[in-house]
Amino acid sequence: MAESEPTSETRQGIGVSPGTAYGPVVQVAPPVRPPAGEPSVDDQEAALADVRAAFESVAVSLEERATRVEDTAQQILKATALIARDKGLVKAAAKELAAGHGRANSIANAIETYAVQFEKLGGYFAERVADLRDVGSRAVAAVLGVPAPGVPAFSEPSVIVAEDLAPAETATLDRSLVVGIITEAGGRTSHTAILAAQMGIPAVVQLSHATEIPPGTPVALDGDSGEVTIAPDMALVTAQRERAARRAEALAALSGPGLTADGQPVALLANIGGVDDAVAAGALDLEGVGLFRTEFVYLSATKAPTVEEQTEIYRGVFAPFEGRRVVVRTLDAGADKPLKFADLGPEENPALGRRGLRLSAERPDLLDAQLEALATAARETGADVRVMAPMVATAEEAAWFARRVRENGLPKAGVMIEVPGAALRARHVLDEVDFGSLGTNDLAQYTMAADRMQGALSDLLDPWQPAVLDVVGAACEGAASVDRPIGVCGESAGDPLLALVLVGLGVTSLSMAPSKVPVVRLALSLHSVAECRALAEAARAARTAADALHAVRESARAELIELL
Amino acid sequence: MATRTVTIASSVGLHARPAALFVEAASSSGLDVEIAKPGEDPVDATSILGVMALGAKYGEEVVLTADGDGADETLDELVALLSRDLDAE
Repeated sequence: MAESEPTSETRQGIGVSPGTAYGPVVQVAPPVRPPAGEPSVDDQEAALADVRAAFESVAVSLEERATRVEDTAQQILKATALIARDKGLVKAAAKELAAGHGRANSIANAIETYAVQFEKLGGYFAERVADLRDVGSRAVAAVLGVPAPGVPAFSEPSVIVAEDLAPAETATLDRSLVVGIITEAGGRTSHTAILAAQMGIPAVVQLSHATEIPPGTPVALDGDSGEVTIAPDMALVTAQRERAARRAEALAALSGPGLTADGQPVALLANIGGVDDAVAAGALDLEGVGLFRTEFVYLSATKAPTVEEQTEIYRGVFAPFEGRRVVVRTLDAGADKPLKFADLGPEENPALGRRGLRLSAERPDLLDAQLEALATAARETGADVRVMAPMVATAEEAAWFARRVRENGLPKAGVMIEVPGAALRARHVLDEVDFGSLGTNDLAQYTMAADRMQGALSDLLDPWQPAVLDVVGAACEGAASVDRPIGVCGESAGDPLLALVLVGLGVTSLSMAPSKVPVVRLALSLHSVAECRALAEAARAARTAADALHAVRESARAELIELL
Repeated sequence: MATRTVTIASSVGLHARPAALFVEAASSSGLDVEIAKPGEDPVDATSILGVMALGAKYGEEVVLTADGDGADETLDELVALLSRDLDAE
């Protein structure tokens, strides 16, 4: 076997900044850590002077870089420089030196005393921890006299690869040399994603083993699809580039509310899980939020969050959506996502246990506090807030929830349809409320009796399983018979082909990762409702999930298929 | 010793950008300015880490104190700053 021949390999990450890029990999130097067993210092004053000089040099270099960039990047760098020059850090480092630690460890420990405080504060404050640790790592490098962490010098247009990029690094990248960015960590709303999109550099995050790609290896990345090909052949690079250009053109030509080719509205909405997501999604061309998961408000808390604490968080989520809809899913916890303050004990089958609305039924105080906070924040922000309960199985449960929602002064109550029993009886369940929302991930898990946490069962959980489509179809028929809107807020809503099938089954809104909205908008614009119905029929007529997908690919418009 | 009590108007609380603007203003006064939550230990208003670690959120009150020439004027300026939604600007 020839070992010098590089083999081409394609991996999937998350595309966060559109466009394609091709170039050799430049690996970013990881953060510098203080050495273990660093001796304590004899001359405290001299050591403290070194520490102070290290922080000062970091501040100066950050400020110097701030002069070379604009707007957001400049603000981030200036704020980070202010941290490096903080008197509190030097004081904390002096204490560490006095306690017998060496210079580098004293700096790192001083940083950690603040990092821990910020993490405890949570929310916005916890997000500053990355900036703080970046300052620490740079100061440690300075005091040790080693090269600063970050992007090494390079002269050829390259793709930057890192575990994650500190804001200071992303902000100061040379646009003419950096053709693409890949990170192993990070997320859709990380600094890397926001700044890369702002700078127009194609970027992919969450690419596994990215830091193990040898420097100099050519890679091709697609910042829309999230695909990264290591050592690609040139034909693929060219094809990818052309397809991406055609897709970008097609997506850019469309905007505004989702409409089928014959003009039926299908609301295009975002799935979000926190304030950052809300701010990011609020700036985009979409009609609102179809699923706001509220678990983050509770999961790290050791005691039940107060109405006031919750109101503040919800205000932050709703504010970017004044005049647009935000569908809130009430607390969805249970044995697999236990709460420290409402633990009902271990269960043998958490997915089938006291979770979702079933937990709220045992702890209505938690639900009432959440509804009160949601109502207050809704009034203050002017967002069109609608509330829905997870894990509803019966019409009685739906009625119980709707009454509590209305008693708390919220105008619209709905339920998640994720239990097959509720889907089959949607006519009665939805008659009690104003709308339904299909959680297709859980609906597939319960329809196919396959645990979502079991990777080995993923074939059974394929959203193209005809049985799952049948259950979705039954729920849509029930909703239509009592004239209630029914949406989808699972991953399948963001798949352009599956989205067409769902609309054909009778779904009236689609909620997805915000980055998927443009391609779903395009898919809808190319198909009439009648065509969507034909696609749905073709999918349901198939014998297997693979056949269903194949049938829809064959029958959907070629203009769409060639762009996917 | 001059003292003022003010309610945080920034919708995201006294963090990142609002905190940076506040610390810059306090530092440029050249005075010893402190900031505290009512009934808690004050922190140095020129330390961005100290100010952020207060965790002062939207709608919460903070107490500012300063000593020296122009302390009243300085505090009036800082109160005006905190009374605006700095994050929205």
